[in-house]
Amino acid sequence: MRLEPIKNPSLARKIVPPVIALAATIVIASLLAMVAGANPFSVFGLILNGAFGSKFAILETLNRATPLIFTGLAVAVAFRAKFWNIGAEAQLYAGALMAVLLGTGVLPWPSVAILPVIVVAAVLAGALLLLVPAILKTRFGVDEVVTTLLFNFIFLLFISMLLEGPLKDPMGMGWPKSARLIPEARLPRIVEGLRLHWGFALAVIAAIGIWILQTRSTLGYEMRAVGLNRDAAAFAGIPVNTVLVKTALLSGGLAALAGFSEVAGLKGSLTLDLSPGFGYTGIIVAMLALLNPLAVVVAALFVAGIFVGADSMSRAADVPTYLADIMLATALLLMVLAIMLTRFRVVRD
Amino acid sequence: MNTAPVEALALDAITKRFGELTANDAVSLSVNQGEVVALLGENGAGKTTLMNILFGQYTADSGAVRVFGKTLPPGNSRAALDEGVGMVHQHFTLADNLTVQENITLGARSLFSPGLGRSAARARIVDLSRKFHLSVSPDARVGSLSVGERQRVEILKALYRDVRILILDEPTAVLTPQETDDLFATLRLAIADGLSIIFISHKLHEVMAIADRVVVLRHGKMIGGVDTQDTDKNALAAMMMGTEATPPKVSPATPGAALLELRSVTTADVGSVPGLKSVSLALQAGQIVGLAGVSGNGQAAIADVVGGLLHPASGELVLNQEAVRRWTPRNAVQSGIARIPEDRHKTGTIADFDLVENAILERYKAPAFSKAGWLNWRKSRAFADGIIDKYDVRCPGADTPIRLLSGGNMQKLILGRVLEADPQIILANQPVRGLDIGAVNYVHSQLLAARARGAAVLLISEDLDEVMALADIIHVIADGRLSPGFARGEMTPAQLGLWMAGQGFDKGVAHAS
Repeated sequence: MRLEPIKNPSLARKIVPPVIALAATIVIASLLAMVAGANPFSVFGLILNGAFGSKFAILETLNRATPLIFTGLAVAVAFRAKFWNIGAEAQLYAGALMAVLLGTGVLPWPSVAILPVIVVAAVLAGALLLLVPAILKTRFGVDEVVTTLLFNFIFLLFISMLLEGPLKDPMGMGWPKSARLIPEARLPRIVEGLRLHWGFALAVIAAIGIWILQTRSTLGYEMRAVGLNRDAAAFAGIPVNTVLVKTALLSGGLAALAGFSEVAGLKGSLTLDLSPGFGYTGIIVAMLALLNPLAVVVAALFVAGIFVGADSMSRAADVPTYLADIMLATALLLMVLAIMLTRFRVVRD
Repeated sequence: MNTAPVEALALDAITKRFGELTANDAVSLSVNQGEVVALLGENGAGKTTLMNILFGQYTADSGAVRVFGKTLPPGNSRAALDEGVGMVHQHFTLADNLTVQENITLGARSLFSPGLGRSAARARIVDLSRKFHLSVSPDARVGSLSVGERQRVEILKALYRDVRILILDEPTAVLTPQETDDLFATLRLAIADGLSIIFISHKLHEVMAIADRVVVLRHGKMIGGVDTQDTDKNALAAMMMGTEATPPKVSPATPGAALLELRSVTTADVGSVPGLKSVSLALQAGQIVGLAGVSGNGQAAIADVVGGLLHPASGELVLNQEAVRRWTPRNAVQSGIARIPEDRHKTGTIADFDLVENAILERYKAPAFSKAGWLNWRKSRAFADGIIDKYDVRCPGADTPIRLLSGGNMQKLILGRVLEADPQIILANQPVRGLDIGAVNYVHSQLLAARARGAAVLLISEDLDEVMALADIIHVIADGRLSPGFARGEMTPAQLGLWMAGQGFDKGVAHAS
């Protein structure tokens, strides 16, 4: 068997494989649910209900989607320029760290200035964290996949050290946990009484902003050119290395906002389990969205819905929540295959 | 011979459609044993598709392929190889890190067969290279070989597999005239041995020299076949184009001031590709300087130094009598240097960008296309539409991804992109490689028009005919060294060929200006 590229795929070619992939995901997940001893139809009903079935469920899903939009955008921006940032997890914690460093009452400024300062500091922290791999790559050709991935472990251990030491909350009864943010440093709720904070709005605005940047600005044009063909970009006079560094700064800053918004919007303090792998799940979100920043929002809602829905489903149907992980992994693999099939046809020898 | 000729290969009414486009429309072709058939046609005429079908890369919509009377199963490359069909691609398919012998035997025997049979293989390679005058050492690493030698390895590889039908795709594009003669001598030996050859080329005089019969494809249709003894170059060109081709007329040049100079420029070697060795070169207004030479002798280094991609280890670049310090591709564009890159697919364009995005690739930062970091797509689109119109770029629209365009139309867009800025200096690196005669004449007339309005043109080409036809001054580059400039008509092709082969440099020191 061979793959033959399709020069000008038809509309059906572009739509049918992803739809089949989605259907196949559901079938596979159903089989697994049956293995676990549940009725697949009721399982999906429960997942759907748990994710979108009530006001509470919807808000929960939106909250869960917020960090995923940020990390998904971070990955989408970087991957678009073929800068493989696998380190959104570490950059997320860098943003969270800034939130607790500056948000626990150390700033002498008036309360209106505190949140903007923290946002800027968080973005800078994430950006600087990714600057190191970016410079290692552009200067010395060090593979950024390796450096950004390893940074995740280093930085998480660094956070662990801080939480066991200088940042440990004296009132925390011995838990490795930071002090709580002062109220002025918290992201307010969008509507009083509803458990949804401004972080979600910020994430959607960021997605729209990135989309405008990519389609309208010279920097976005440069980033796409560098990603599609580095040789041609360099030949045409686009400063490839500078563009890669700018991309890295942007990507790191976006990932850091995920950590900031989780701490300032939801948790109120920093713990080591702040992120259940949002940085890595961001890769899935970005891939499902085909790196399109607007589609990242949709993909993040889809992924968050599966997680939240599976949580609620597992309580109701006594099926392990691992089903959510498996569904996501299956969805991603099949989607990648489907995307390939929109561009190639299989020819049998 | 009084026996009836044996039919080696028959393509029977091959039709292949890609969506709307009919790439091959009931094309029939037969090749007899020991016959050389040249396949001529403009770019996009369907030659490559036809060869890919013969080779089982594509499956024909209808029609059949027969090799020595046996019908090949469609879409099966292995079957074609097993029946003795071999192909030497324009871009060689050799592994640089393996030796000549390893490259030749690679894939020729099963990985699971016992023993390696190295000594037998070696003896056979030495035998074949003697018999067909293909001198190359079996133990040399392919990465260290010259282009001509690599081609010999490709041909040896085919002969080693007992090919009975050999397809050569633009085999002379990278050879000196002498190497081309050697290649033809080898091919004649193989033909005498019963080999059939399909020879794909744009160079009509070579087709006339080697082929027994010429078949012409136009827009996917077989236009006709003719014996070479019954035709001439002009008639063939007319068949290819559909009209009589007229190469542009060249009037004497009136050179002005030197706009760009390289002074004793030396660059580092890159792998087996030599760097420049103290190269001095002046480009004067209203003059075309031609740079002839076999590929990989330093042409890329000259183009990169002028284009801002490579910095000399020593020596300087002088622009309008002033030595330049910082020199990047963007500086080059802003200084009015138009660069037509050697490889329009890899460096000239971004395949997935549309025509608008490709049109502004070099100048998206210019005030005409962006302000304060925001692109003006309306103006950019108008610019692209203007190029499409003025340079006759055939495309469904400016928002088409450029990868869907033929090479000629891609080149026209690049040409428009750089010429619209009224450049004073034009660096044309292989500007017509792989283009059909119509597009070639168009590109050449544009270069001559630029010369007429006072631009300085550097034309880098591996095609000696092209350089001799256009250039007012010819330099030959070999192994990173530059010959003195020869005026138009001062040298015969054979004399230039000697320089291309590296002779003359040591004797010619006194001649250097």
